Amino acid sequence: MTGSVLEVKDLSVTFRTEDGPLSAVDRVSLQVTDGEVLAIVGESGCGKSVTAMSLAGLLPRTATVEGSVMLDGVELIGADKRTLRSIRGREVAYIFQEPMTSLNPVFTVGYQISEVLRVHNGLSRQAARKRAVELLKLVGIPSAERRVGDYPHQLSGGMRQRVMIAMAVACDPKVLIADEPTTALDVTIQAGILDVLRALRERLGTSVVLITHDLGVVADLADRVAVMYAGRVVETAEVHELFARPQHPYTAGLLGASPSAGRHAGTHRLNEIPGLVPVLAQQPDACTFADRCPRAIDICTTKQPVLAAGVACWNPEGR
Amino acid sequence: MKRYLLGRLWQSLVTLLLATIVVFLGVRALPGDPALALAGEDRDPESLRAIREQYGLDDSLLVQFWQFVSHAARGDLGSSIRTGESVVSMLSSALPVTIELSALAILVAAVLGVGAGVIAAVRRGRPAEWAANALALLGLSVPNFWLGLMAILYLSVALGLFPASGFVPFFSDPIGNLHHLVLPALILGTGLAAVIMRQTRSSMLDALSADYIRTAEAKGLPPRAVIGRHALRNSLIVVITIVGLQLGALISGAVVTERIFALPGFGKLTVDAVFQRDYPVIQAVVLVTATAYIVINLLVDLLYSVIDPRIRVRGEA
Repeated sequence: MTGSVLEVKDLSVTFRTEDGPLSAVDRVSLQVTDGEVLAIVGESGCGKSVTAMSLAGLLPRTATVEGSVMLDGVELIGADKRTLRSIRGREVAYIFQEPMTSLNPVFTVGYQISEVLRVHNGLSRQAARKRAVELLKLVGIPSAERRVGDYPHQLSGGMRQRVMIAMAVACDPKVLIADEPTTALDVTIQAGILDVLRALRERLGTSVVLITHDLGVVADLADRVAVMYAGRVVETAEVHELFARPQHPYTAGLLGASPSAGRHAGTHRLNEIPGLVPVLAQQPDACTFADRCPRAIDICTTKQPVLAAGVACWNPEGR
Repeated sequence: MKRYLLGRLWQSLVTLLLATIVVFLGVRALPGDPALALAGEDRDPESLRAIREQYGLDDSLLVQFWQFVSHAARGDLGSSIRTGESVVSMLSSALPVTIELSALAILVAAVLGVGAGVIAAVRRGRPAEWAANALALLGLSVPNFWLGLMAILYLSVALGLFPASGFVPFFSDPIGNLHHLVLPALILGTGLAAVIMRQTRSSMLDALSADYIRTAEAKGLPPRAVIGRHALRNSLIVVITIVGLQLGALISGAVVTERIFALPGFGKLTVDAVFQRDYPVIQAVVLVTATAYIVINLLVDLLYSVIDPRIRVRGEA
């Protein structure tokens, strides 16, 4: 392993709402090394997307972001707009969940890919279009020369997501942030998109931050995993380690709640985690999972555990 | 596309024919007799009959209608009962004035309305939005004729910045022509500008919260490109619809505005013709208005497909 490309330290995000400040992400720390795929997993509303958006300053004005995000030695939190703009699309690129709505309906896909190249690499219109065709080929779009002039509505969902990926890797970014890249797609299409991401990572050596709630996708693509719960990272581990020996009771719960195609398929009832995800704003100084945790002990409700040896838990599994 | 256009043209012809029938009957249902109006003091039955015969007013409605349609199809709209001047020549001197006035008014409205609407959407919740909203409300509430009179009173009479009335043809004196039309175009454009501003603001707000705007920002595009290209282009579809629908209001507004500024345009022609029961002129005026509506609607529909590729008509791809 080489050094960190992306180093997130004590990242907190608070939204101003009518009911007062709402904490969405609480002191999250992450590292992504060169060429690594880091998956951030968790339920809806656990703060994983907010974390992803905050990395390049894409949150709305109502959000307050604290902490530090270092990209190759450059601090992004508090950076001025010009710096952030020059980094977005060039060094940090995003792929979003909804390929249907993430592309602008009134411009051709070729134009939308060219835009990135023209703004960051200063390519001419023709050169950018030529490069756009190459990128479409790279992400496996057949007859790219013709497709480059298509509008988003003329492409299928899977093709549009490939276009999003082509747009994201256009400037050969250091970090690719994929926010639920396969969630909105049919299962058969998902595999194709994952193949594209895997091939790109091998070919371009891009680091990937993969946001997902799908453990199958994690197992397929990720090197390392950070599990988030209610705005906090509760466990980080190598992917095999996590699946084989989950330490945090929440991680164990997540694994137990996901169907597998193994020998128990169809015969065992899935385990669910009882209770609901708490609202972070209401949390006292305690473990956020304590209320739902089968292994909770006294200290869990009085003191917040910190991430140590890959897990934030007072009573982790296997001890 | 070709098929679509042909279909639209056929629809337009039917609409036009229906409009003609309605106008033809409507004009004749109006109280007042053109022969009486023409005869003036001379109410002698003999001369009235002569007048009726001369203008074909004693023929049956069906015959009169056939005469009108068959002549109109050959580009002959008859001549004014009042002055004897050919209607086509009256139209050809009045129409350019109104077309120029309307075009300038739309230009004024589009520039002011789209500009203010974009600012109001981007600066949401800040003083710039309040100012734009307040101006729009004012523009909608203040009647054209009052605004026109105030403008004449203060800008023309008191300050002498613009001529209060009259018209100079563009080709004989372009600068004088614009000088005469600036004020009427501004007055006529304010109402439309307010409508466009409100529409632009709300559709820009929709567009700015769309996923593709987040994508544009994530690509590192400058605000100018995000707002001016990605958001505005999507908002314009709604704005164009509104402009198309508002053209009716613009034409009736032109009647009032032309009257106030004494412009020798279509509006003045219409009002004079109605007062004098000048059947051929009224018929022609309505025919031209209906045609204008149909053509503008067709243009608006075609503009959609230029702006939004999803609306592109089948058969073209």
